[in-house]
Amino acid sequence: MNETFRRFLDGEIDPLEGIMNVAEEEDSGRKELTAAMKRRHRTVIGTSKAQKLMRAEKESYYRVYNVVAVISCILLIGVLLFTVAHLPRYGAENPRATEVMDRYIERGVEETGAVNVVAGMILDYRAFDTLGESHVLFTALVCVMILLIMDKKNMRTGYEDYYTTTRERFHDLTTEAILRNVAIVLIPCIFVYGLYVLLNGQNGPGGGFSGGAVMGSGLIIASAAFGFDRMDRFFTARVSAWITFSSLAFYSFAKGYVFFTGANGIPNGVPKGTPGNILSGGLILPLDIAVGLVVACTMFGFYSLFRRGTIGGAS
Amino acid sequence: MEAVKNIPLFAIVLSLFSGVLCTMLKNKAARIYTVLFECALIAGMALVLIYTLQTGTSFTYVMGEFPAPWGNEIRAGALEAGMALLFLIVMLMSVIAGMHYLDDMDASRVHLYAALLNLMTAALLAEIFTNDIFTGYVFVEIMTLTSCGILIVREIGRTTLAAIRYMIMNLLGSGLFLLGVVLLYDVTGHLLMVPMHQEIIELMKDPGSALVLTMATGILTLGLAIKSGLFPFHYWMPDTYGWATPTSAAILSSLVSKCYIFLLIKIYWRVLGTDVFAAMPLKYILFALGLCGMVFGSVSALRATNINRMVAFSSAAQIGYIYAGIGLGGRYGWIAAIFHIAVHAVTKSMLFLTTPRLAEVSDNSLLFKNLTGSAIRDRDAGAFFLMGSLSMIGIPIFAGFSSKLLFGIAAVSSASEPMMLLLMLALALSSVLNALYFLRTVIRIFRDDGSRKICPIGGRWDYLMPMLVLIVINLLLGLASGVFVGWIETGLSMFA
Repeated sequence: MNETFRRFLDGEIDPLEGIMNVAEEEDSGRKELTAAMKRRHRTVIGTSKAQKLMRAEKESYYRVYNVVAVISCILLIGVLLFTVAHLPRYGAENPRATEVMDRYIERGVEETGAVNVVAGMILDYRAFDTLGESHVLFTALVCVMILLIMDKKNMRTGYEDYYTTTRERFHDLTTEAILRNVAIVLIPCIFVYGLYVLLNGQNGPGGGFSGGAVMGSGLIIASAAFGFDRMDRFFTARVSAWITFSSLAFYSFAKGYVFFTGANGIPNGVPKGTPGNILSGGLILPLDIAVGLVVACTMFGFYSLFRRGTIGGAS
Repeated sequence: MEAVKNIPLFAIVLSLFSGVLCTMLKNKAARIYTVLFECALIAGMALVLIYTLQTGTSFTYVMGEFPAPWGNEIRAGALEAGMALLFLIVMLMSVIAGMHYLDDMDASRVHLYAALLNLMTAALLAEIFTNDIFTGYVFVEIMTLTSCGILIVREIGRTTLAAIRYMIMNLLGSGLFLLGVVLLYDVTGHLLMVPMHQEIIELMKDPGSALVLTMATGILTLGLAIKSGLFPFHYWMPDTYGWATPTSAAILSSLVSKCYIFLLIKIYWRVLGTDVFAAMPLKYILFALGLCGMVFGSVSALRATNINRMVAFSSAAQIGYIYAGIGLGGRYGWIAAIFHIAVHAVTKSMLFLTTPRLAEVSDNSLLFKNLTGSAIRDRDAGAFFLMGSLSMIGIPIFAGFSSKLLFGIAAVSSASEPMMLLLMLALALSSVLNALYFLRTVIRIFRDDGSRKICPIGGRWDYLMPMLVLIVINLLLGLASGVFVGWIETGLSMFA
């Protein structure tokens, strides 16, 4: 028991092993691996007495845990419902609360140059929040890279070798005729639509986040239909990193410049353009493009990292 | 407008940019860049602190062309600048002292780790300086993600498990915080703190709105309390701090949780106003939970068999002190809470950076039974652990004594007798327990059983220098506490 605990503490035993592996494919390598893992588990977990103790501890813990969880959820639901019941009715009882919105709606087009008031709000009035928000996505990408990226150290372990050698054998969609032929028709449409949503963010619903998500899904469909090898010819890890870096750097510096000039009362010299045109809304269009590129790269990056542990092939 | 006023903006934006830049750099370049950048930030924050202390007022910085109720704002006073300065120093010292352990990490991840540290710095600064409650939320998100990220870089089973638990607790906290912000926005119609406060004063006259405000504040507080690890939500702490890379453990325990508490204090002062907060029953709950944390955190620490888990549980107790101060309120209650944030940040980071050294000379084991005599095998680490322990217990000349004294003063100057009595009792009990588990550890690590031979690692400057800086700050906080209390008072006077 003690020895088990020690090895657990030192990280030799992974409690998630055997639980997280959901794929059950016909593959001898995997079977041998799981068998070896099970053997190791048996020797590690040790005697039946220890097992019984651990199980008893677990069960009593979960019983208490379940009861407490249910009670606190019910309490929280009650509190929230009670609070919502006391909220002022929208617009009617609380006219003071609309001061800020009224200004956004009434003078938004004039002050930001964007017909889409939401775009004006998030990229001009409250641009600092959005600057943070676009970095949230990037932070998530960095975290996923830390977890999943494959490297020389990982390759040496049997576990990762399994994925590297067999990564394209299972769920390989490139041989599916329907997917390939539909993708050939669909992908250009998806990209055109994504570009439309992206470039039109200042004039209608859309903008960087949504347009980028559409383009990212286009990249994902392309890689699923034609395989990662084809994608790697133009979309390597290097390209993805450079796109993300230059977009976010542009975003930070452009917004930093606007904040700086605004706070110091210097005119920033960014033309607002004619509301309704493509070239309008001042910095909103270039910022939307930057955000869109980051979102597209990040979405594809997530997909690629989860499927094969790297963003864009060997670079 | 003076050039100094631009520093907070540049610090935040450049930190975000540095995070992105570090992903493009090679490992060594990313490390050096991070250290140099942190040094530059520290110099900048020192300038802001000097400026605000000289002028005696805080300044508001409009983020863009649109002023208060419409656009984002940041605001810097002596308290914000001082906190930011201290947090940055602790961060830099943790990074330098823990650098040696980053070598164990996989080579392809070091620059990503540096990127996360820079993004975390940005979040830390933005939360300290923000004058807008929603900006606070956005950067709380970045903080949550980066803290999970710096936890999982050490790829052993136990950290993955700890990171998953930490992430679930943190997301729950973020969700509740967001709910609170949404409810506040719904009744007040503002997201900037100062206009929100003006609405709240009007709304408190109406009992229906006052109820919603109380609930919203409660939900928001619950969210941040979960994230900062107030009793009974502290059970994620030992695993999280206990198994992380030393730098990550130091940063998570001394900066991340404190930053959430600082945001909460800012919301109480600037959004609600201390008068409104003092009228809410919430403060009694915080006070009670703080006292429970002080005692039960220490009891759990006493039962720990692993040095890192003990130090982590002691963090739970220290968080209890801070919340008890907030709940007590009054001039000294707030001062004591804020002073203790500083004390704990300096001391806990030192302890978490010392324990891995002790483990290194004890077959890489953090269990007490293997640590016997480790302080003799590695004298530097032993000395630093001893000083950290004395500070945690509250021995005079160390910072811990000053903060416990401040809590005592806060208790006696409190208007409520039962609260005074309870806080005094909890202080006494918690101090005795502190002494019990820290001195037990000190005695164990200094008792040489002769079973292992002495294998000194040698005084590496990259370990000694940051430790000495932390000790000097600790002693300064302990010996010249009057100066710091004066600064905190000045800071609080321009905080609301």
